[in-house]
Amino acid sequence: MLLFVEQCLNGLQVGLLLFLLAAGLTLVFGIMDLVNLAHGSLYMLGAYFAATFTAFTGSFLAGVALALGATLITGMAVEVIAMRRLYGRDHLDHVLGTFGLILFFNEIVRLVWGPEGRNLPLPAWLSKSIEILPGFPYSMYRLSIIVVSLAVALALYLVVMRTRFGMLVRAGASNREMVGALGVNIRLLYTFLFGVGAALAGLAGMMQAAILTAQIGMGENILILAFVVIIIGGIGSIRGAFIAALFVGFVDTVGRTFLPELLKLTLSPTAASTAAPALSSMLIYLLMAVVLVVRPSGLFPAAGR
Amino acid sequence: MPEPLLEIDGLTKRFGGVVASDGIRLAVAPGELHAIIGPNGAGKTTLIGQLTGELAPDAGRIRFGGTDITRLPAHRRSLMGLARSFQITSLFLDFTALDNVALAVQAHAGHSFRFWRNARRERALREPAHKALARVGLVERAHCIVASMSHGEHRQLEIAMGLATAPRMLLLDEPMAGMGPEESQRMVALLRELKGELTILLVEHDMEAVFALADRITVLVYGRVIASDTPAVVRLNAEVRQAYLGEQEAVIRHG
Amino acid sequence: MRALANPRNLVVAAILIFLALVPVYAQARANPYLLSLFTRIIILAMAAVSLNLIMGFGGMVSFGHAAYIGLGGYAVGILAQEGITAGLVQWPVAIVTSALLAVVIGAFSLRTRGVYFIMITLAFAQMIYYVGVGLERYGGDDGLSIDRRSQFGGLFNLSNRTVFYYVCFGLLLASVYLVWRLVNSRFGLVIQGARSNDRRMRAIGFPTYRYRLVCFVIAGTICGLAGVLLANHTDFISPATMHWTRSGDLIVMAVLGGMGTVLGPVLGALALLLLEEALSGLTEYWQVILGPLLLAVVLFARGGIDGMLASLNRA
Repeated sequence: MLLFVEQCLNGLQVGLLLFLLAAGLTLVFGIMDLVNLAHGSLYMLGAYFAATFTAFTGSFLAGVALALGATLITGMAVEVIAMRRLYGRDHLDHVLGTFGLILFFNEIVRLVWGPEGRNLPLPAWLSKSIEILPGFPYSMYRLSIIVVSLAVALALYLVVMRTRFGMLVRAGASNREMVGALGVNIRLLYTFLFGVGAALAGLAGMMQAAILTAQIGMGENILILAFVVIIIGGIGSIRGAFIAALFVGFVDTVGRTFLPELLKLTLSPTAASTAAPALSSMLIYLLMAVVLVVRPSGLFPAAGR
Repeated sequence: MPEPLLEIDGLTKRFGGVVASDGIRLAVAPGELHAIIGPNGAGKTTLIGQLTGELAPDAGRIRFGGTDITRLPAHRRSLMGLARSFQITSLFLDFTALDNVALAVQAHAGHSFRFWRNARRERALREPAHKALARVGLVERAHCIVASMSHGEHRQLEIAMGLATAPRMLLLDEPMAGMGPEESQRMVALLRELKGELTILLVEHDMEAVFALADRITVLVYGRVIASDTPAVVRLNAEVRQAYLGEQEAVIRHG
Repeated sequence: MRALANPRNLVVAAILIFLALVPVYAQARANPYLLSLFTRIIILAMAAVSLNLIMGFGGMVSFGHAAYIGLGGYAVGILAQEGITAGLVQWPVAIVTSALLAVVIGAFSLRTRGVYFIMITLAFAQMIYYVGVGLERYGGDDGLSIDRRSQFGGLFNLSNRTVFYYVCFGLLLASVYLVWRLVNSRFGLVIQGARSNDRRMRAIGFPTYRYRLVCFVIAGTICGLAGVLLANHTDFISPATMHWTRSGDLIVMAVLGGMGTVLGPVLGALALLLLEEALSGLTEYWQVILGPLLLAVVLFARGGIDGMLASLNRA
């Protein structure tokens, strides 16, 4: 039972990380109609920035803050230099162009940081565990990921639902021309939005890096998961992304933990332990295929698409 | 009255709270040119959608040539001889005009699981396509890429694609939309030629053309048929005049 | 009608002759690496040609085409592991399983459109990828070495590099010819019509779904055969062959070469892989150059290499 609760919390944590990555992706996709494969590169850059800045300043929090700013600026620069020129082109061009960017960023990271991964050491106060229920210790760091992500999700919700900026973003997701007709400086809005998406991706990357390490190509597999999330949730829908991300996070984590036990009933233990992660990964894609066949525009399609 | 070719009975379609087709009932006799008119929002497009199979009606029946086609998919209706043109030009823009029409011929020349022979050299496809182009006066433009042709030519090509399949009935959705007066004249002349050879269901805004061409006219308002009769009778119908009060009243009276 | 001897056709003919002579040159220079490189180029070109059939002509942007390469490869690898090395068993098994996989993937994916199609094909490929990872008996994540190439008795010996090269080259030419016949046939016109305007196709009487599905299956099958060749070439198969970035590579090849024509992807495969080769000779960090170059191709050279050659004709 405790294992189950713990895995649920882990699932929640994975799901929330996915949400951070998916939020920027779904906004960029919904509003600029841009398929950005290089979103995973920003996730990777966030991790490397955090590792470097933390080592440089000696403070985890300062490192993370600086890294966030750096990813924001990188994202905005990428938008101005490359992405802006891809708006209005067909999706195939997006796939190709941003695929090129992935190669570029992977290599830049190798050039600057070298081929080995970077560790992001946690400060002492984050690396202990706390007793969240009597007799049930849980990693302080994972817990803080949950708290921070939820706070970001809430802030995002408030900004999107309650502010003028958010209104423009929502209007843009359902009707791009209208926002232009309102006389808003679309280019600036897009650049900023892209930067925020990048910073969220970077945040997810640095939080993950402290659990694993910052590595070249770390964004590639999780990017596909983020795409699964936004497709299941409905392109352009923050709410859809949130729900789908949690869902995918649970399926993945709980599947990884409990499928081996389940498989051991029919397979040898070693076979079960290799087959199970594969099977639970497959489960997610199966889930997406089923959703798309049943609801070809996802669970919560943004209005007007 | 002979057995009607197209028979619509109680056709109903709702979008949320809006009833776009409200128990529509009408019959088109073979050889007839039957026009459907109605102010904007009368539900003409919705009716066409249901006739062609792109929209599923909520209630009612459509019979074509004695067969119930209410639930048939679009391509099956076409194969039965119900050809259509689109209101907003819908062509294969990167193909030549001849390729466009030849594809329509091909659709009705058995299955297309033929993988080897060069279809652009098949006379069985090219000749009927040529004839259809000649019919609408586009034969010199046969090898032009459609994207480079004018709007009027696109409309003519739409008709040619309908004709090429030797249909029993031609469903024309605003063939004169966006045309200049001269082009409209030519289209009216073409439709007059086709009339008698083919059964035609014409949805059109151009009242002058409709009253000049139609054998019968059905008037649709808010999804309901308020009149369905000969032009002379429809012209005098009080309800129709009411619906068309304003700029078009003059046309109805004098046209 | 354009004259046959236009610049574009001359370039293409020169390239084909060059490809036919690669083994001769490699032998003369005693350079087996060169032969190996071009064998790989030819095999991936074949995969790109098959992708282009659905993507360029059919408008179906599949982001999971590498799955078939993996499937073809695993068919060879698994059968070899189980002691079945006869090519006349391995190859048909690979072809049939690729076709079946394409039927399943296509049947679901073709119900969606646009970017959803891109993503659902990707999802299916990821599933296949994880199946590969989960095949513990056959190496799992690490992959599977293939000790013996497919055996064709006295017919030909694939272990001979030159023979193998010409088998691959022959199959590439056959695929190109097949696709060329297909796209000009009635079937091909239906496929292209459905790319251009699917709604109109249905209105004039084509049940387009089944034609697109058959096209999808043909492409998957050709790609499965390319996978058979690739596994024989590298004597190895692993899930990495099916990673989504490999599918991305195939898209790059097709787009780079030009999607409008049958031979475009061959040019694209040549260009991409030779560029990789040249750049990696130049600097260890060659992708720093290649990445932006791809972006530049997207932004400034629409129509790809073939498009540029075609514009030579007009000049």
